[in-house]
Amino acid sequence: MTTLLLIEQVLNGLQSGIMLFLMAAGLTLIFGVMGLINLAHGSLYMVGAFAAAAVAGATGSFVLALMASLIAAAAAGAVIEMVVIRRLYDRDHLDQVLATFALILIFSEGTRWVFGSFPLYLDVPAALAGPVTLPGGILYPAYRLLIIVVGLAIAAGLFLLIARTRIGIQIRAGESDREMIGALGVDISRLYTIVFALGAALAGLAGALVGAIQSVQVGMGEPVLILAFVVIVIGGIGSIKGALVGALLVGLTDTLGGVLLPLAFGVFMDASTATAVGSALASMSIYILMAIVLLYRPTGLFGTV
Amino acid sequence: MTLKTMMAAACVAALGTAALADGHGGKVKVGMITTLSGGGAGLGIDVRDGFLLAAKGNDSLEFVIEDDQRKPDIAVQLADKMIQSEKVDVMTGIIWSNLAMAVVPAATAQGAFYLSPNAGPSALAGRGCHQNYFNVSWQNDAFYEAGGAWASENGIEKVFLIAPNYPAGKDGMTGFKRTFKGEVVNEVYTKLGQTDYAAEIAQIRASDADTVYFFLPGGMGISFMKQYSGSGVDKTVMGPAFSFDQGILGAIGEAALGVKNTAHWSKDLDVPGNAEFVSAFQAEYGRLPSLYAAQGYDTALLLISAMGKADVKDADAFRSALKEADFQSVRGDFAFADNHHPIQNVYMREVVKEGDVVTNKLVGVALSDHSDVYGADCEM
Repeated sequence: MTTLLLIEQVLNGLQSGIMLFLMAAGLTLIFGVMGLINLAHGSLYMVGAFAAAAVAGATGSFVLALMASLIAAAAAGAVIEMVVIRRLYDRDHLDQVLATFALILIFSEGTRWVFGSFPLYLDVPAALAGPVTLPGGILYPAYRLLIIVVGLAIAAGLFLLIARTRIGIQIRAGESDREMIGALGVDISRLYTIVFALGAALAGLAGALVGAIQSVQVGMGEPVLILAFVVIVIGGIGSIKGALVGALLVGLTDTLGGVLLPLAFGVFMDASTATAVGSALASMSIYILMAIVLLYRPTGLFGTV
Repeated sequence: MTLKTMMAAACVAALGTAALADGHGGKVKVGMITTLSGGGAGLGIDVRDGFLLAAKGNDSLEFVIEDDQRKPDIAVQLADKMIQSEKVDVMTGIIWSNLAMAVVPAATAQGAFYLSPNAGPSALAGRGCHQNYFNVSWQNDAFYEAGGAWASENGIEKVFLIAPNYPAGKDGMTGFKRTFKGEVVNEVYTKLGQTDYAAEIAQIRASDADTVYFFLPGGMGISFMKQYSGSGVDKTVMGPAFSFDQGILGAIGEAALGVKNTAHWSKDLDVPGNAEFVSAFQAEYGRLPSLYAAQGYDTALLLISAMGKADVKDADAFRSALKEADFQSVRGDFAFADNHHPIQNVYMREVVKEGDVVTNKLVGVALSDHSDVYGADCEM
């Protein structure tokens, strides 16, 4: 394997990690502030992708499509927070899992009802369709570079929001003591709706960005949701910084594991066995990573509780 | 009226009822278990719609249609209910091999006929074959064997193989290698349901293969093709038709243009009845038919042809009527081998753009009168 190929794979790992971060950030924010396990987060990702595909189909504009994904997912998030989620804060986690699982089914069937059973068409904008040449002669798809840039910008924005703004202060306060900030006169139910809508919007944006290079179909959110849970467990539940580090770790492990493990086994095995063993182990790699992290840091890398 | 004429009338009446009971006009109850919700619902919906199109206006068919949600346990429950309480005569509809393996052996053992409109696991073609099981679609290996044969004949020397890491993926690649004479440069097995193929595409770019052969059904194939076309790698792409079916091409768009794929049917296949099928399907449902729709349609035609020859209650006669496969398939010549799996041509198709629609065009025959290799193990 050449160095160039390795660098390209590292970029791929970064890009998949950053996409995971957008999902995991909302999930960990919602868990941190409200103590809620939201299985329907993957559905919000799907809502974003479908909204983007519908708007891109109607207008042909990718920028409008991305805005539509943010708005649609935030709106869907705000509505389910006010109608369903609000009733679950005082219940135990099992009730939350049950109710949000029901939301997955409702969203999936609702989406099928509106858009049909066939995958929708959403493509990257023509200007970003091809590869660009990076220093060193690496050909890399322009759109994936854009994803890395957008993802990093959002991560930076999120840190500023949490660290520097009034709402950020309320969010951090909510994470450490929910009842106290209510007693101090912060409108807690409005704060919860805003945090939930913010998390939903991030998931929706991730869905739209990824939908352009993957397939926009019913049920697309659930595999990502599982990875996002792995990320927040590794990073420490409730920590945005943990979500970023965890997402990059998972993205890099997943991508590089899939490439390097079969090669590594190929050194001392014949090719077909090495492929079989390597691919099998690569599928497990992120869960092994999670197990190792939990062994040494039971609350995750940046977890406090 | 004399006694004699009355007797004659009574005899005629008796004969009449006897003839009815004999049942060439008798009803057949069809139990269809297929995937109508969740991932992969598009396939089940196409099979159902194709089947119902062929059965349209036929009063002697009665349907019980249920959704298996692509879950084997649900499919088994539905099958038991259909056989035991609904008393269906014929079952059909299952899309996925793992569901077929869960349902078919039990259903045929209870005396029901099963006509497979999709899915042909090797176990049911070989040692596990059954006299009441008829596969109207393909044995799972057929499209891959055709791909390998076509590649060998068309000067393709080095291929890069990609498939998901699960039985159907491995079987598919084995089928390809069975008929491919060139060199397999690399074989990559990805996670089932993987959506990002950047790492694999980088490996393809770095390899010296001239062709990529992949089997990634459903959303996996959509993701792969979109990412592949954005990567700037320009090696030829080939695969079985499952990743380039009409329902999927709409979602991939122009990224799929030029891809070669193998199938037993194409909408521009010039055989009697096919053009009529395509236009009738479009008129009825407002979309182009997929190969799954064609399979559903053929399955219904086969059933109707057998109903015209024998009563479903006379299992032996009905079975021989099915075995004759006396219907005009939209795939052209169609016959059953001794293991009740198809003997048919497999064609090479290419993805093209017709007006605004991305669709498949016939290129040529990849394998003619092809049947599977597992029949030798089948004892009925």
